[in-house]
Amino acid sequence: MSSIISRIKKGQWWKFHGGIHPPQQKHFTYNKPIRNIAMPEELILPLKQHIGQKGELIVSVGDKVLKGQPLTQSHHPMAVPIHAPTSGTVKAIHDAPVAHPSGFNEPCLFLEPDGNDTWKKRVLCENYQQLSHQAIIDKIANAGIAGMGGAGFPSHIKLNTKPEIEFLIINGAECEPYITADDLLMREHCNTIVEGIKILDYILKPQHILIAIEDNKPEAIKAIQQASANENNIQVCVIPTKYPTGGEKQLIKTLTGQEVPHGALPNSLGIVMQNVATCFAIAEAVIDDIPLIRRVVTVTGKAVEKPQNVWALLGTPVKHLLTQCQYQPQPKEHLIMGGPMMGFSLPNSYVGIIKTTNCILAPTAKEIPNEDNEVECIRCGQCADVCPSQLLPQELQWHAKAKNYDQLTKYNLFDCIECGACAYVCPSQIPLVYYYRIAKAEIRYQQQQELKAEKAKARFEARKKRLALEKIKREEKHRKAAEARRAAMNSNSAEAQSAKSAVAAALARAKAKKAQTAEQQESSKSQENIVEKNTSDKKSAVAAAIARAKAKKSKTAPKVEEVVEKTNKPAKAAATQQEAVPAVDSKKAQVAAAIARAKAKKETQNKTTKTTKTTKADQTKSSNTTTAKPDATKATKTVTKKTAEKQKATSKKTQSKAKPAASTTKKVTAKAKAAPKRTTANQKVTKDTKTNDNEKTNNIAVTSAENAEIKAQKIKAAVAKAKAKKAAETNDANNQNTQESDKKQRIAAAIAKAKAKKQQLNQQQQEST
Amino acid sequence: MAFFIASSPHEHNRSKTSALMRLVIMATIPGIFAQWYFFGWGNLIHIGIAITCALITEFIVLSLRNKPLNKYLLDGSAILTAILLGISIPALAPWWITVIGSIFAILVVKQLYGGLGHNAFNPAMAAYVLLLVSFPVQMTNWQPPLSLLPIDLDFNNALSTIFTGFTLEGYSVEQLRTHIDGFTMATPLDTLKTNLTLGLTLDEIHRAMPMVFGENFALGWEWVNAGFLLGGVFLLIKRAIHWSIPVSFLGSMLIFSFIAYSFNPDLNPPTMFHWLAGGTMLGAFFILTDPVTCATSVKGRLIFGALAGFLVILIRNIGGYPDAIAFSVLLCNMAAPLIDQYTIPRAYGQGTSKNTEELK
Ligand code: SF4
Ligand code: SF4
Repeated sequence: MSSIISRIKKGQWWKFHGGIHPPQQKHFTYNKPIRNIAMPEELILPLKQHIGQKGELIVSVGDKVLKGQPLTQSHHPMAVPIHAPTSGTVKAIHDAPVAHPSGFNEPCLFLEPDGNDTWKKRVLCENYQQLSHQAIIDKIANAGIAGMGGAGFPSHIKLNTKPEIEFLIINGAECEPYITADDLLMREHCNTIVEGIKILDYILKPQHILIAIEDNKPEAIKAIQQASANENNIQVCVIPTKYPTGGEKQLIKTLTGQEVPHGALPNSLGIVMQNVATCFAIAEAVIDDIPLIRRVVTVTGKAVEKPQNVWALLGTPVKHLLTQCQYQPQPKEHLIMGGPMMGFSLPNSYVGIIKTTNCILAPTAKEIPNEDNEVECIRCGQCADVCPSQLLPQELQWHAKAKNYDQLTKYNLFDCIECGACAYVCPSQIPLVYYYRIAKAEIRYQQQQELKAEKAKARFEARKKRLALEKIKREEKHRKAAEARRAAMNSNSAEAQSAKSAVAAALARAKAKKAQTAEQQESSKSQENIVEKNTSDKKSAVAAAIARAKAKKSKTAPKVEEVVEKTNKPAKAAATQQEAVPAVDSKKAQVAAAIARAKAKKETQNKTTKTTKTTKADQTKSSNTTTAKPDATKATKTVTKKTAEKQKATSKKTQSKAKPAASTTKKVTAKAKAAPKRTTANQKVTKDTKTNDNEKTNNIAVTSAENAEIKAQKIKAAVAKAKAKKAAETNDANNQNTQESDKKQRIAAAIAKAKAKKQQLNQQQQEST
Repeated sequence: MAFFIASSPHEHNRSKTSALMRLVIMATIPGIFAQWYFFGWGNLIHIGIAITCALITEFIVLSLRNKPLNKYLLDGSAILTAILLGISIPALAPWWITVIGSIFAILVVKQLYGGLGHNAFNPAMAAYVLLLVSFPVQMTNWQPPLSLLPIDLDFNNALSTIFTGFTLEGYSVEQLRTHIDGFTMATPLDTLKTNLTLGLTLDEIHRAMPMVFGENFALGWEWVNAGFLLGGVFLLIKRAIHWSIPVSFLGSMLIFSFIAYSFNPDLNPPTMFHWLAGGTMLGAFFILTDPVTCATSVKGRLIFGALAGFLVILIRNIGGYPDAIAFSVLLCNMAAPLIDQYTIPRAYGQGTSKNTEELK
């Protein structure tokens, strides 16, 4: 360790194997400042601009968006959102060619700028050190920052590391010919970059911070050295110019002498690497609340008259950049996104700049000839001499051409970083990397196919087993059901009585509901009847009323509520389904709850003024989407607590579960009525849930049915199952998400929804009165 | 507007296989010059014949295989093969030897295996071995250096000898090889081998036939070898060949000849003789280094060269043939794929790093 640092201080570097020295060609853009360019007429924003998954679209065609407004959101750690680079209108969303070597079409959002460049509301952060690490990482994730050096790995993932970090390496090597984007950024914005590095320092607490810059960028080195002069754990490393020193693995080897093990990430060595441009973006995101919406792009090559670095909004069409830099159309047009070594040819110039685009190279035919001069490999071994991964490219190409995939894996094809050094030196001018890409793609495809086949087989077998099991269960249920029914009808036991009373209660509730919606006067009467029949505590009623009033209030903040609704939709559905189980257990609680609700309703009619007062505090809170949920939960808790005081027979826990279930019962009472016999309901549930992909939900439904039997709460079970069925119907599509959501949230959501519905009814009532 | 699509890297150092071949061809010039200086025009004439035949054969085969002629015909590989064969054939061997050799080299050894890059054996050496085995008399008829010849072997004489078997004055090759003292002069290696089998010691041979060996090690041959060494160094500087094979080959010859010499200096010639006699330097820098047929990785090449050196010493000292470059090259060519199998270099981040184990 100390030896590493002492070596670094002395300016001694390790050597990685191979490497080449292609002509630099940086002089085209080296000494011109980063230019701002005119706003393009249209921005083409691929929804996915990084490695990982694309976010979920949250705007639609025709929407007006503000600068910096998120266009997608992410539920997945490997998904980062994109943001509107300027204010304007979403024109279209469809598949279009994107900046990717595959040349495939991918979903893109077309934004027409309105020319005003109006920012969304930004919240500046004066002192990020007051924020928690997680808050900063969230900020970085929400700003859509992904590695800007080339690969586009989501930055927040790298920062979310557990192990102790020894070295934070800031990559400013920029070893590809032609590109000077990072160089210029370091020269012009060294302070912001150092600010970004300090943020990373705050999050990761590395022992050492190394800023690696190749020795062909003396001005950038000076700038960064000055900007970081006061930070004593920052070490600016001036490393020799060699391609591909900027590669993550190669840079780690150069600086620390360590090799990233095959198949592992650098953080397994206690190393995190970030690109300088990423540091800049992180500083902007955390301090100024500017999401990643622009970047420096080197527009260069002999085919452009004014090669220069420009600030390009993400989504800027390449054509626009070229026009701005006075591109001279060539007889044989060839545009390269990225550098000449690792960049890829563009299919046309209507492709948007993305987060990883550091260069647009427009060479003349003479500058980068495109003849196919490939001859046979003569096994000269020059490729192996320069390969930084120490592979044998000649063997690889041999086996790649022969489609000998086992051998390819043996020769470590997947350690190839596609740097192109081998193809650069190959005297036979074999496009080696091209062969590797094809081979890699095919091997991956094969593996996927194998995996798929395996999965399909496993699925098939699991299904067979499940079906067999279900059949047995079904038969068992039929038998038990028949017995139980006989028992219930014939005996006059307490069990039967309670069951009957439950039916009565359910009927009453259903009636009440119907009456409410149809005739207000009558409905209130019938409610009163129930209230009178079942003695209840006034306190619980008041509490329930408050809760509902709160829900109503939050409803009055319409937009926010809508968002809550939207996000909670799948969760709610799941909740209703899951709660079916406890509902069966606590029939009494349900009855009580129904009563409470009925009462509360009346209360609300009478004491609106009173409730408004109590909920004022919550009202302000509920303007925020995130606080709305806890609020609801709080409300429920109070309700359940009060109810618990009264209904001492059942435990608190069951009650809290029972409550939401009870609220949903209302919805399905009609159904429950229609299904008088448990057995039929049972069958339906099984049938419906079968269609459901999600096995977990399936199990829950089954268990619920079993529970019901054990407790012999037959009719209740029918109700529950009917509920489950409905839930299954409503949430079939959204099912998968529900797994992830917190159970509490689900309960809360269910309650909120139930309440909201009730509230609506109330409103209707009020309006008509 | 259709855009040009190409795979990265778009940049290339503009080197070409044909350029590489040209470089190697150029590097043979000092050696050929030395050969010409000491042995006359014979080899140059053979080189000319070989190139002509090789190109014609290549042309026919490429046409038959529908390969693009412009790419392959003049890529220099056939010419190089022809030159190497021409150098190896005895200067005054009959013309048809070269014709058969070059056709065999190109047609069978190279093209039948799949053309450039696919041949398992070095074409020049395979052809040489074929000729040596089929026509041992013609293939061992090395004339002595010009200085020992009774007549002036000029271009016309050499030409006439190659095509008719006799000089313009009517001397046969056999007569040219006969010393004034009445014995037949052969190459130093030949002489040594023949006489060692007759039971003489090195000292006795040297005393009996001093003119064959000259003042240093092997009259004429030492300069030819020096010429090829010079060309080889040029190739090393130009990075046209890798240092590993010549170094390990000459190194292993040094080691094994030294072992043999210290074991019995009477019967085993010293290292310098091995290095400078026969085709050692040609083999070290021009034949073993033929990339197509040698091992791939640096480690593999070191083993490959060492093996070749060992075999050369073994055959020269113990075996039945005076020179052994061609045989050992072919044997090593055969071993190369095996060597490759066991010398795959450790890729970055693979294997030995202790971190990998820690991770697991
Ligand atoms: S550099 Fe090209 S010709 Fe030489 S061994 Fe590698 S692939 Fe073959
Ligand atoms: S592209 Fe792959 S095989 Fe070629 S030099 Fe780079 S890492 Fe090695």
